[in-house]
Amino acid sequence: MSFSLWPSLATIAPEIGLTLLALILLFLEVYLPKERRVWIAYTSMVGMALLALTPLIWSPPVGGATAWGGMVRHDHLSQVFKVMILLAGSLTSWMAIDSTRLSKQGEFHFIIVIATLGGCLLSATADVIMLFIALETTSIPLYILAAFHRNEARSIEGGMKYFLYGAFTSAIMLFGLSLLFGFTGDTSFIGIAAALSANDGLNQISILVCMIMILVGFGFKISAVPFHFWTPDVYEGAPTPVTAFVSVASKAASFALLLRFLAAVFPEGILIEGQEIQLFWVNLSAAAAAITMTFGNVVALVQRNMKRLIAYSSIAQAGYALMGVTAMAQSGESAVASVSFYLFMYTFTNLLVFAVVLRFAAVSGSDDIRAFAGLSRRSPKLALAMTIGLLSLAGIPPTAGFFGKFFLFTAAVDAGYTWLALLGVINAIVALYYYLVVVKVMYVDRSADDEVLIALPQPVSWLLGVSCVAILLLGTIAVEVIYDWTRLGASSFISALSAAL
Amino acid sequence: MMPLWCYLVVASALFAIGTFGVLTRRNAIVILMSVELMLNSANINLVAFWRYHTPLDMAGQVFAAFVIVVAAAEAAVGLAIIIAVYRHYRSIVVEEVDALRG
Repeated sequence: MSFSLWPSLATIAPEIGLTLLALILLFLEVYLPKERRVWIAYTSMVGMALLALTPLIWSPPVGGATAWGGMVRHDHLSQVFKVMILLAGSLTSWMAIDSTRLSKQGEFHFIIVIATLGGCLLSATADVIMLFIALETTSIPLYILAAFHRNEARSIEGGMKYFLYGAFTSAIMLFGLSLLFGFTGDTSFIGIAAALSANDGLNQISILVCMIMILVGFGFKISAVPFHFWTPDVYEGAPTPVTAFVSVASKAASFALLLRFLAAVFPEGILIEGQEIQLFWVNLSAAAAAITMTFGNVVALVQRNMKRLIAYSSIAQAGYALMGVTAMAQSGESAVASVSFYLFMYTFTNLLVFAVVLRFAAVSGSDDIRAFAGLSRRSPKLALAMTIGLLSLAGIPPTAGFFGKFFLFTAAVDAGYTWLALLGVINAIVALYYYLVVVKVMYVDRSADDEVLIALPQPVSWLLGVSCVAILLLGTIAVEVIYDWTRLGASSFISALSAAL
Repeated sequence: MMPLWCYLVVASALFAIGTFGVLTRRNAIVILMSVELMLNSANINLVAFWRYHTPLDMAGQVFAAFVIVVAAAEAAVGLAIIIAVYRHYRSIVVEEVDALRG
């Protein structure tokens, strides 16, 4: 095997950039005087925003390529996801500027950069060794971040629960991976699939057990039911920018991994003891999608805390995206594209909602839904931004959420999962109710401090503005450009797989 | 040489003990220890499969080495979090750490 350095370096350009950025942040932490530490946050934010360009500059060849001894894929799908994750990291650092306790903490931004690095690698994974390392590189920093306010009971408790759950599920996943390695004698996704289709006396049950064990680990990361228990506690307890990052970047990277892993390792046409094993995961994922979205929406109806509400709503959103994963077996390209588009718009939407919650909690000291009463009079801009975010989560045009759901439902119907799409529509209606309740509280209800205005510092209003514009653009004129781009990613991913088999 | 299944039995037993520990114990440190058992059971699998199936390809061994490194990082972070919990609650029994509800 020949190895050429420069083309290989280009495949991990964002990761190299992130490593350098992390070191720069550590140096800044040491050398900047205390009162100018906020520059660390700006450096991190601008740095990651600029690095979001690197996957576009060193763009992958048509059909993609495998680099670093088969560890990472360099294709348009990873390009889409890397841009998404880097933007999420940048917006998270931006959001942290608004938090008095986080803006001057160099190590906070350092750890966010490392978690982003893990997410980028995760979305390009092509080997189970890389899978495990990248997954842990995303998870371990997030355990630290969830417990970052270490004088606050809720934060450390959220951190501990996140850690114990995460460690347990990743150990189960690792055991599944070790068995998969044992059954096939290979660690690359393509190699495992080839060994499975060569099929020398494999047992159906053992492969199924293996697959379920691995999906436990993935299910934890995307907070699919029944591995969602940590989600509300961590979302409520963790510092708000961290919650935003967990709900967006870590989830997007894990979905990228889920698509890659399932499509590459268990593709169509592998028969074990006469049983098509693709059906195993398709059925599992259809069931998980149905249960996850229904559970998330129903429990969200009774929530009183804003962050818990968004936590259950994000469980439901994972359910919608799982619908696209289910559809991947049948409609391939359009399903992968719909999941990527959904996560792309979800990045901006959820970050916007959390930015509003953070600003509001900083002033009022509460993130109870009832405390949001009269927000439209206390800060019209904040209330408007929140409304746009919630409408996008609910999937109302002209916001991005509408097209996100539209593409997912279309993919599901095309793949023959009409019942799943119908369930999705019913769920979207239920969800609309609790989002509109929040809007009603903000615009109609009155509170004792109606007169107390909420000031919007410059960085916050810019953050809100940029996210709102992104959501509205993605729901109107930019939708075609971005969808075509995700479609390109999907087609390069699917065609490379079918060529390999 | 001992047959492969001997190693797999040991690994499965360790995995089962670890899982049992995580599900039944209430002390956070014991849960962490049980998770370490599970990680090490996967390591035994990896090394055994490597030795018996693909002794010429280093992938299995490399995987096991990486797992050891990751397990160390995880234990460091986990113990740090548990210490923070202890400072606050004066307890590391998982049920007693319950400010978050709903």
